[in-house]
Amino acid sequence: MTPINTVAAVLLLLLVFLCLLRAAIGPTAADRVVAINVIGTKTMVLIALVSFISGQEYFLDVAIMYALISFVMTLGVARYLERGTLG
Amino acid sequence: MILNYLSALMIFAGVFFFAVGVLGLLRFPDVYTRLHATTKCDTLGAGLILTGLALQGSLTVIVKLAIIVLLIWITNPTAAHVISRAALKSGIPQTKGSFTMEVNKDGGETLSR
Repeated sequence: MTPINTVAAVLLLLLVFLCLLRAAIGPTAADRVVAINVIGTKTMVLIALVSFISGQEYFLDVAIMYALISFVMTLGVARYLERGTLG
Repeated sequence: MILNYLSALMIFAGVFFFAVGVLGLLRFPDVYTRLHATTKCDTLGAGLILTGLALQGSLTVIVKLAIIVLLIWITNPTAAHVISRAALKSGIPQTKGSFTMEVNKDGGETLSR
């Protein structure tokens, strides 16, 4: 089943570059936050796919940690947008 | 054998939903509609791909993938809510022609353009 996982990973990588386009041209800061949030989700799925391609099970723990860090990053940036400070 | 086909089908369905989400992210007119498109499609697509991967794995892998899916189902709608609230409070306008719903004092709702 490795070819299917590899093809899916390559397609996801192309979609990440399209999201990066929106993060570059997004007119407001919130657009960029949305794009980075989407890229975070895609990266986590990519790490899970790479774990199956290379046969290393512990990569899934990396995916869990990446999900948590991405969520905290989104919360922090949204709070900064809303209040103007991080305090 | 059937599990392999089912796994491939779920993985490609997940990639399809991710692609639809990215299409919405690139084509929709303002922040709120983009958030609407990407959040739903990402939650569904990630759930489908990780479930398809779980059909290929052993028991410990299935448990870890279930943890990731539950985490996504909790954090992704929360992040969307927080981003849209921050966008609304920082005064980012909606696209032209969209409705605004206000809740009256008696509990009714009014729609206005």
